[in-house]
Amino acid sequence: MDSHDSHEIAHVMPLKVLFSIFGLLIFFTILTVAIAQLHLGRWEIIISMLIATTKASLVAIYFMHLRYDNPFNAMVFVFSLVFVALFLGFTLVDVEQYQPDLIPVQDPIATGS
Amino acid sequence: MSTTTAPPPEAAPPEHSGGGNDDHGHGHDHGHDPFLAHHFGSAKQQFDAGKFGMWLFLVTEILFFSGLFCAYAVYRSTHPEAFANADQYLDPMLGAANTAVLIFSSLTMAWAVRAAQLGQQQLLVRLLTITLSCASIFLGVKAVEYSHKWDLGILWSSMFNPQLHAHHSPALLVMSIPAMLAVVATAILFGLGKSKQKPVQAKFWGCLLITSLSYFGGVGLGLTVPVIEGMITGETAVEVAEHAAATEHAAVEHAAAENAAVKHAADHTADGAATTAATAGSVEAAAAEQVAIDMTYTGIFFSIYFVMTGLHGIHILAGMGVIAWLLYRSLLGHFGPRYFGPVDFVGLYWHLVDLIWIYLFPLLYLIG
Repeated sequence: MDSHDSHEIAHVMPLKVLFSIFGLLIFFTILTVAIAQLHLGRWEIIISMLIATTKASLVAIYFMHLRYDNPFNAMVFVFSLVFVALFLGFTLVDVEQYQPDLIPVQDPIATGS
Repeated sequence: MSTTTAPPPEAAPPEHSGGGNDDHGHGHDHGHDPFLAHHFGSAKQQFDAGKFGMWLFLVTEILFFSGLFCAYAVYRSTHPEAFANADQYLDPMLGAANTAVLIFSSLTMAWAVRAAQLGQQQLLVRLLTITLSCASIFLGVKAVEYSHKWDLGILWSSMFNPQLHAHHSPALLVMSIPAMLAVVATAILFGLGKSKQKPVQAKFWGCLLITSLSYFGGVGLGLTVPVIEGMITGETAVEVAEHAAATEHAAVEHAAAENAAVKHAADHTADGAATTAATAGSVEAAAAEQVAIDMTYTGIFFSIYFVMTGLHGIHILAGMGVIAWLLYRSLLGHFGPRYFGPVDFVGLYWHLVDLIWIYLFPLLYLIG
């Protein structure tokens, strides 16, 4: 009766799932460290961010129960990421816009030397 | 709150309904739910409301951290050379060790939520203690990293002044003072709890004593990881002591050269007009100036590094505070199948702190 009650309030995560996710997270950590040794240049950031996002998704979906949760919570979470993307995206576009017009600073005091 | 008109609990088994606000559940489970607030209809409704509130808080946390991620992205887009230059001062293995520790603590936290849901009181206490200890280990490794950077002069913006040799300052010792005080305080309180026959207090302070001692385990881990690294890269035990200095040598030599060049540039500007720039001289001055600018940029990378990891560290400390609160309540036996919300919500926060580190680790340590 008691354990049935907790099922009713929220999903109970099976231990097998928890350990599998932990194993995957450790695997991806090792993978990302290994890939970093290869020095892939401009691909480095793309690949390591993809791996980090995979890890973050595993944490959010299983450790944070989003898969079994009220979908509204997942929606709130995903929307926050959309706003982060807007924030970073607009800022970067703006920075790129005025970069060519910057006047380089020559003063040694201003450059910190 | 239970009313006389309410049916006995067993008489009306609650139907499995997805919605949080079923009026059917109202009334019949108040009698044995000491932690059900009177303004909630059912334990499920209280849980869902709490969880939604926690998610809203996590959203503010994500947006809060995104300001720093934005600073990182902007600075990386305008000065990629600073990031390439900074790569040599960070040890990815220490970052990876800390990542593993945090992921493990996330596992024990998620497991603790399960233990609370199933009413496994003893297991819950143990898992929360392990989670707290992992947080301590994380801080210990971080203290080794920070103190090492302090000794080498790898600091924020204008304080960035890398040295050839780490000078021996008591930085690590000073950073460990809070942990030492915590060990002494928790040991005394543990002893008091034991002698006064207060089992809950004794257990609570005992668990926190384990947590405080784990910090020194973390310091040990932070100090041994570079040694193990040296062994893997094929160095003998004798050389190991010099290994840290050896790996940094190349990096710092370059920086020291920069340093000299900067001084030179300063002299150069001092007698400024008097020097009727021979072409070689002006080229040298230009190079020195470039190096000085590089130094400033790398220093600003470390400003970003210290603020991001520092703020993350503060989140770890805050998480430890709330997990300690959970630990105390779980020792009192508050959590069970009908009431495990706080464990779940703190768990969500803890996973978010882990999630931020999952991004910080490759961004700061791996990508050069």
